[in-house]
Amino acid sequence: MKLIFEKSVSGRRCTILPACDVAPVSLPASLRRETKPALPEMSETDISRHYTELCKQVHGVNCGFYPLGSCTMKYNPRIDEEMAALPGFTGVHPLSPAEDRRGMQQVLDTAAQYLCEITGMDGMTFQPAAGAHGEFTGVLLIKQYHDARGDKKRTKIIVPDSAHGTNPATAAMCGYDVVNIASGEDGCVDLDALRAVLGEDTAGLMLTNPNTVGIFDKNILEITRLVHEAGGLCYYDGANLNAVMGVVRPGDMGFDCIHMNLHKTFATPHGGGGPGAGAVGCKAFLKEYLPHSALAEEPGHVQVRSFQGNFLVVVRALAYLLALGREGIPEAAENAVLNANYLMAKLRGMYTPAYDRLCMHEFVLDLSGLKKETGVSALDVAKSLIDEGIHPPTMYFPLIVHEALMLEPTETEGIETLDHAAEVLRKLYHKAFEDAESMHTAPHNMPIGRPDEVQAARKPVLRWRNA
Amino acid sequence: MGSYVPSTGAQREEMLRAVGVSSTRDLFRDVPEQMLLTEPLRIPEGMSELEVSRAMTAMAAENRVYGTVLRGAGAYDHYIPSIVKYIPAKEEFLTAYTPYQAEMSQGLLQSIFEYQTMICELTGMDVSNASVYDGATAAAEAAAMCRDRKRRVTLISGAAHPDTINTVRTYCYGTGDELRVVPVKDGKTDMDALRKLLTADVASFYVQQPNFFGQLEDAEALGALTHEAGALYIMGCNPIALAIMKTPRDCGADIAVGEGQPLGLPMGCGGPYLGYMAATDKLMRKLPGRIVGETTDAQGRRAYVLSLQAREQHIRREKASSNICSNEALCALTAGLYMAAMGPDGMAQAAEQSMAKAHYLAGALCAIDGVELAYDGAYFHEFVTHMPRREEVLSALAEGDILGGLPIGEDGVLWCATEKASRAQLDKAVSIVKEVLAK
Repeated sequence: MKLIFEKSVSGRRCTILPACDVAPVSLPASLRRETKPALPEMSETDISRHYTELCKQVHGVNCGFYPLGSCTMKYNPRIDEEMAALPGFTGVHPLSPAEDRRGMQQVLDTAAQYLCEITGMDGMTFQPAAGAHGEFTGVLLIKQYHDARGDKKRTKIIVPDSAHGTNPATAAMCGYDVVNIASGEDGCVDLDALRAVLGEDTAGLMLTNPNTVGIFDKNILEITRLVHEAGGLCYYDGANLNAVMGVVRPGDMGFDCIHMNLHKTFATPHGGGGPGAGAVGCKAFLKEYLPHSALAEEPGHVQVRSFQGNFLVVVRALAYLLALGREGIPEAAENAVLNANYLMAKLRGMYTPAYDRLCMHEFVLDLSGLKKETGVSALDVAKSLIDEGIHPPTMYFPLIVHEALMLEPTETEGIETLDHAAEVLRKLYHKAFEDAESMHTAPHNMPIGRPDEVQAARKPVLRWRNA
Repeated sequence: MGSYVPSTGAQREEMLRAVGVSSTRDLFRDVPEQMLLTEPLRIPEGMSELEVSRAMTAMAAENRVYGTVLRGAGAYDHYIPSIVKYIPAKEEFLTAYTPYQAEMSQGLLQSIFEYQTMICELTGMDVSNASVYDGATAAAEAAAMCRDRKRRVTLISGAAHPDTINTVRTYCYGTGDELRVVPVKDGKTDMDALRKLLTADVASFYVQQPNFFGQLEDAEALGALTHEAGALYIMGCNPIALAIMKTPRDCGADIAVGEGQPLGLPMGCGGPYLGYMAATDKLMRKLPGRIVGETTDAQGRRAYVLSLQAREQHIRREKASSNICSNEALCALTAGLYMAAMGPDGMAQAAEQSMAKAHYLAGALCAIDGVELAYDGAYFHEFVTHMPRREEVLSALAEGDILGGLPIGEDGVLWCATEKASRAQLDKAVSIVKEVLAK
């Protein structure tokens, strides 16, 4: 498919602006640009067709099953889009007087109130623009807390080896040394390993619960107690909140602060990699350390981006929260967990669950046995699913499971979809024994086959140039 | 109540049987009993779609949308072409995940590759990433790229946006590094002060162009000074201005960043916006976030992939260049679309008209007794005036459906005009100000 630049025709254009109705002014010569930027020159028809062509080579949640573990690819309600597009939200300047932004404040306050109730927290900020950004904000709460107490010896953040890569990266951005602890055989925190690393230098612990293998850590109260006893704080990575919302609250598990991915749990769309929103909640004693905008709110606080965050994403999340309400929130969690367990049950006997027990909202398959027998890897199965119109599960994560495929069906899929996915996976399982070769080279029916990533990294071509 | 769960009661029963439990609550048996919620959440009952629509529309109605916006300060009211609003709402673009699976994401990957190319064209730089959160975080990430073992101090112009300064300060607080703010003189970065502050431990200097006060900085001279001291030079540029303004590359910048909101994104109460980041080839592997690269598949077909992933958190963990994962992909797609719809000439037109209207407004305002420009340097589409009886003036403008400039300092107003304001709208604003001050 041609690039937009290859479709550009010199002199072609859309007519967007009228002629200027005031006297022209020029930049001083020393500040003027010498050559025009080579942006595409297109008619509106060209643009419409180009993006429609691109659109056909994208797999959205609307296209089919998307069991991408830890990403919560649930259906994104259309009404939420319509609400976020209301001129009363889109047309408002973030620095207009407060009395002109009462609706904005109402959205933020209402969303904060509901999310505090769901998570068991006392304060909330919507300034972080994504999950990792929320982690950064949350760990900064921990840092400010220790600093305010003059407790400078706390230099370490503990992270289990099953954690998302953002956790250790976040701790490093906050100036902490990362202490990785090995998970126990059941995939949960090994209490002895935790005790061994806790001490006067512990700033805090970052944990997901349910964890990345889809298991609720039943020792959670003991874990958070131990960390607190050592003088550290507990950070809850809300990536997996969808499993437990309305059922159990991170605040009641002993966590002091939390981030949520509104683009996972609260159904705002992922946008092909953002914008998300990483709301951060905390207990009352941390509220004074929450970020503010130096211009829009009040100076003297930390700040993680301009203004008050990805507001229109919060609008979508609030519309979703209003729709589900107090019964719908736990209903979503229960069905997410039921769907995951049902799909796992359907696959048992062929594929090997990494942890063969009830799971929460997601589960991990260990394909090392299949690979040993047939040579077909987790990657081969994932790529073969693409030909079947199913988005591959998360691959090779968490790092503690070899040949891992991590499936999270979410609550918005029906039994027909789950049965179909199980059927496809069964077919692929048999194919692995009969025709491994074709799986090594899958997918076969897409616009491209497997791209050469080594070449991409060795000889980077990161922009188009006129040949 | 509203629900997006398709399973019926009977289907749920069937599924529970297949799993081998008797109720959904049984699935939560790992959760310690004393932690399970026994009371319903204290939030309202769920709503039908129509009720949601009513409730949200009522909140939106509590906000005020002005017919004329003469305020900028980091969020700009440019005209957004219709097609730019329509295409990103297509569900495929809207609901897809980060394109890790290249074979089923070529459309997304190509759109990012095209966006990267456009940002390179606009800035003159060699390589762009797929976006970060906003202009402020782009500045903070750029500063982090520049630090090495010996050079840890970051300098930022005091004429940068206050939110940018505060965000960079926060990121520096995270890593325990020092931020020094270069003083402002006559609305611009104080060159002499910068010279003194550029010590051997300085990693980078950041300047915003045009700056927070709308003034155009002598960006080339600032860059030369920075390079003489062995530090890297970061420019934060307004992307609309770049259609006509000397590129960061030509001003000597090592990294160009900025707030991409003017490229087709609504003001939206502050977000989502878009941080663009571009750098020289030399700094390519230090850029944070996603970068799309071109390659081929086994049959030699052109293909796009997320590339250079060895920099990123999911591979490097605590040694990653940043923790960024989700970025602002759909906003980058929107910005790309905006640049395509406007084209090089349309972009230049938006820039020239914004500048012309700001100068027209400034000229007319300053013809009023008591109103004068705070700074005498060249400016693009924002400027500061002294304004007697500032609060009265701004309320009178509000009554006339005009959001006036942002009050700053003792008696200052930071004004902004874009191509969206017609001459008649500007004349109306000026006559309101005149009327108030004549009283």
